[in-house]
Amino acid sequence: MQTQNKKVSTPIWRNKKVVPVILQAVFVLLVGIVFWILIQNTLTGLERIGIRFGFDFLNARSGFNINEAMIAYSTSDPYYRALLVGIVSTLRVSFFGIILATVIGVGVGVAKMSDNWLLSKVASIYIDVFRNTPLLLQIFILNFAVFLPLPRIQEAVSFGPFYLSNRGAVIPWARVHDATALWLLLLLVFMAAALFLFKYLMRLEMEGGQHRYPFLSALGLLVLLSGLTYLLVGRGPLEPTIPSHTGAAVAGGLSLTTPFLSVLLALTIFTSTYIAEIVRGGVQAVPKGQVEATKALGFKSRTAMRLVIFPQAIRIIIPQMTSQYLNLIKNSSLAMAVGYQEIVGVGNTVINQSGRTLEVIAIMIAVYLFFSLTTSLFMNYFNKKFQLVER
Amino acid sequence: MIDERLHIKGEMDSRLEVTDAPRLKQDGQTPFFKALKKNLFDGPKNTLLTLLTALFSGLVLYQVVQFAVTNSWDVVYIHLRLLMIGQYPLEELWRLWFALYYASLMIGGTWGLFKGAGKAVALTFGSVFLAFAIIPWTTLNTTLNLVACLLLMAGGYLLGSRFSVLKIPALVLWALYFPLTLGLIMGFGGLLDPVLSRYWGGWLLTVILASVAIIGCFPLGILLALGRRSELPVVRYFCIAYIELVRGTPLIMVLFIGQLLIPLFLGGQTGMDNVTRAMIAYVFFAAAYLAEDVRGGLQSIPGGQYEAAQALGLNKIKTTFFIILPQALKAVIPAMVGLFITILKDTSLVAIIGLSDFLGTARRISNNPEYLGRYLELYVFVAVFYFIFCYLMAYVSRYLERSLSKGSR
Repeated sequence: MQTQNKKVSTPIWRNKKVVPVILQAVFVLLVGIVFWILIQNTLTGLERIGIRFGFDFLNARSGFNINEAMIAYSTSDPYYRALLVGIVSTLRVSFFGIILATVIGVGVGVAKMSDNWLLSKVASIYIDVFRNTPLLLQIFILNFAVFLPLPRIQEAVSFGPFYLSNRGAVIPWARVHDATALWLLLLLVFMAAALFLFKYLMRLEMEGGQHRYPFLSALGLLVLLSGLTYLLVGRGPLEPTIPSHTGAAVAGGLSLTTPFLSVLLALTIFTSTYIAEIVRGGVQAVPKGQVEATKALGFKSRTAMRLVIFPQAIRIIIPQMTSQYLNLIKNSSLAMAVGYQEIVGVGNTVINQSGRTLEVIAIMIAVYLFFSLTTSLFMNYFNKKFQLVER
Repeated sequence: MIDERLHIKGEMDSRLEVTDAPRLKQDGQTPFFKALKKNLFDGPKNTLLTLLTALFSGLVLYQVVQFAVTNSWDVVYIHLRLLMIGQYPLEELWRLWFALYYASLMIGGTWGLFKGAGKAVALTFGSVFLAFAIIPWTTLNTTLNLVACLLLMAGGYLLGSRFSVLKIPALVLWALYFPLTLGLIMGFGGLLDPVLSRYWGGWLLTVILASVAIIGCFPLGILLALGRRSELPVVRYFCIAYIELVRGTPLIMVLFIGQLLIPLFLGGQTGMDNVTRAMIAYVFFAAAYLAEDVRGGLQSIPGGQYEAAQALGLNKIKTTFFIILPQALKAVIPAMVGLFITILKDTSLVAIIGLSDFLGTARRISNNPEYLGRYLELYVFVAVFYFIFCYLMAYVSRYLERSLSKGSR
C-alpha cells in the first residue's frame, strides 16, 4: 500500500511547476487572439479608407492656425510643429496651475485646520463646493459666465496695473533682456556661496551651541552680493513691464487670453480643494503624542510646526500631491472645450484634418505617459529625500 | 538631523503654552457667547482674522443671494424637461416614472431597514422630489407622480422599520434595480419598443452613463486588481501595463478612443451608437481606477487570512472569492464611493464629444440665440444638481468610513 502511494506522482493539474506555465500560455493565447482580431479589423478598415499606417504625415503642411502659440508657428508649418505647440501649451497651463493650486491648496488646508471657527467653516465650504461640481462645468462658468460678459478691450476694467476685458487679462510681468543670462549665472554663484555659508554657520552652531544666525547671514550675503551686482550692471535681472491702457488696446504687460485664464483658474480651484484635504490629512496623521511632546519640551507652536510636525507630515503629503499634480496635467486636456489649444485640442484638429486617428492618438498617449513618468520620477526623488530612515 | 536641531537654544521657548485649557471667566455671559468669544475673538490676531473672514464671506453671500433672487431663471424652467430627460419621448415617460417609484420605495425601505446613512439619502431625494413637485413650472402630471414617489418613500420607510425580515429581499431588489430599469427603457430585448439611446439626454443620460460605468467597472476592475497581485508574471505585467496606461491617460482621450477607434477595431460598420461607445470607454477607464482601490483593500488583508483558508482546505479560487475579496471590498468602500463621485462628475465630459448629457444640454440651450448671455443661470442650476448628489455621496462615504472603522475596533 505504502509503496504504491510513493509511485503515484502529482497529477498534472496540481503540479506547481507545470500549471502556471500552462495558465500563462493560455492567457497569452487569449490576449493574442483578441489583439490579432482587433488589429486585423483595424488594418482592413484602414485599407478600405485607403490609409496606410505610418508617421510620415507629420511632415505634411498643417494648414490650420493655433491661437495661443507659445513657440513660433504658422499655418504653413508641418503637423509635428502643431503638436509641439500643443505640448508647450499643456506644459504652460499645467506649470502655472500646479504652482497656484499648491499655494491656494496649502492656504485653504491650513485655514480648515484653524482654531477660528468661522475661517475653518469658510474653508470647508470652499472645499465642498468646488470639489463636488464637475471641473468642466467650472471651466464653462469661468469662460462663458465670468470672462466673456466683461466689457470690451476698449473699456477694460482696471484694478491698479491689472486690466480685465472679455479678451482676458493683462497683468504686470517681467521681461528678459540681454543682461539676464549674466544675472542668472551670478545669482547661481551667489546662491551657492550663501548655501555654503549657511551650512558652515549651522555646523558651528550645532557644535558650539551658540547663536550664529545661519539663515539670516546667508540671506544677508545673498542680498548684499545681488545689490552690489545691481550697482555694477545698472539693471535688475528682469525688466518689469507694466500694462497701460491706450484707448483701443492695452499695451505692455503679459496678456492672458480668456480660455487660458478660465482653464488655469478652474484647474487651480479644483485641484486646490484636493490639495487642501491632503495637507490637512497629512498634518492630522502626525501622532498626537508628537504635538504633546513639543509642548512638553516648551516649543512655540510655529517652531513645533516647522521642526516636528511638518517634516513628518510632508512624508504623507508628497506621494498624494504627486498624483494630484498628475491629475492636473491630465485635466488640462479639458481646455479644448473652451478653445485653449493644448495637446489634445491640437491633436483633435490634426485628426480631423489628416484623418490619421490611430497615429495621433498614439502620439498623445505617448506624450501623457512621458509627463506622468517624468513627474513620478521627479517626485520619487523628493520622496526618497524625505523618507523616514528606519534604524 | 531633527534630533540634533532640537538642541539649538534659540528654538526653545521656556514658557509653557497651555492653549487647550478652558478659560473660566465668570462674567455672567451665556455659554453661547462664551463659546463664540473663545472661538472667534480670542486675542487681537484672531479677532482680525474673524472680521476679515466675515467681511469676505458676507460679500460672497450677498452676491449669491442677490443673484439667486433678482434673476428671472426663466431659461431654466422653460427648459426644465430638456435639462432633466432630454428628447425622451413623452408617451414612454411611464418607464421613467416606474424607475423613480421603484427607487423611492427602495430608498424609503432602506432607511427603515438599515437606518444610518439611509436617512440622509432618503431626505435628500425626498427634498428634491418635493422641490420639483411644488415649483409651479412642472405639469400637474409630474407633480402627482412626484407626490406618489414621496408617498412610496414614506410607505417604504414604514414597511422597513416594521419588518426587519425584509432585509434580504431589499438587497435582492436593489441588485435587480438597475438591470430592471435599464431593461425597461431598452425594452427587454424586444418585449417592448426600446427607447433608443439617441433620445436619452439631460440628467437622465448623466445618471445612466454614471450607473453603467460604476456597475460595469466592477468585474473588470476586480479582475485587474487580482491580476496585478497574481503570481503569474505574464498576467501581472499585463495588468500593470493596462492599469498604468489607462491611469496615465486623460479621460477625454479615452473617450476619443472610444468614439473614433472602437468602430475601427470592430471592423468599420457596427451599429454601435455613440452613447454605447461612451459607456464602453467609461467602463474601461473606471476599471483601472477601481483596480487600484481594490488592490489597496487586497493589500490590507493580513496573511493569516490566506493561511487560515488554506488550513480549512479551500482552494485558491474559493479563498479569493469567499474569504479575501469580501473583506477587501468592505475595507475600500469609502475609496470606491470617492471613485463613484469622480465618475458622476466626469460623465460631464461627454459634452465635449457631442452627447447632450446634463451639462451638454445646458451648453446647447445657452447657444440658443434667444437666450444669449444667460449662461450663469443654466450653469448654476447644473452645478447645484451635481453638488447635491456628489455631496450626498461624499456624506455617505464619510458615514461608512466612520461606521466601518467602528466595527473593526
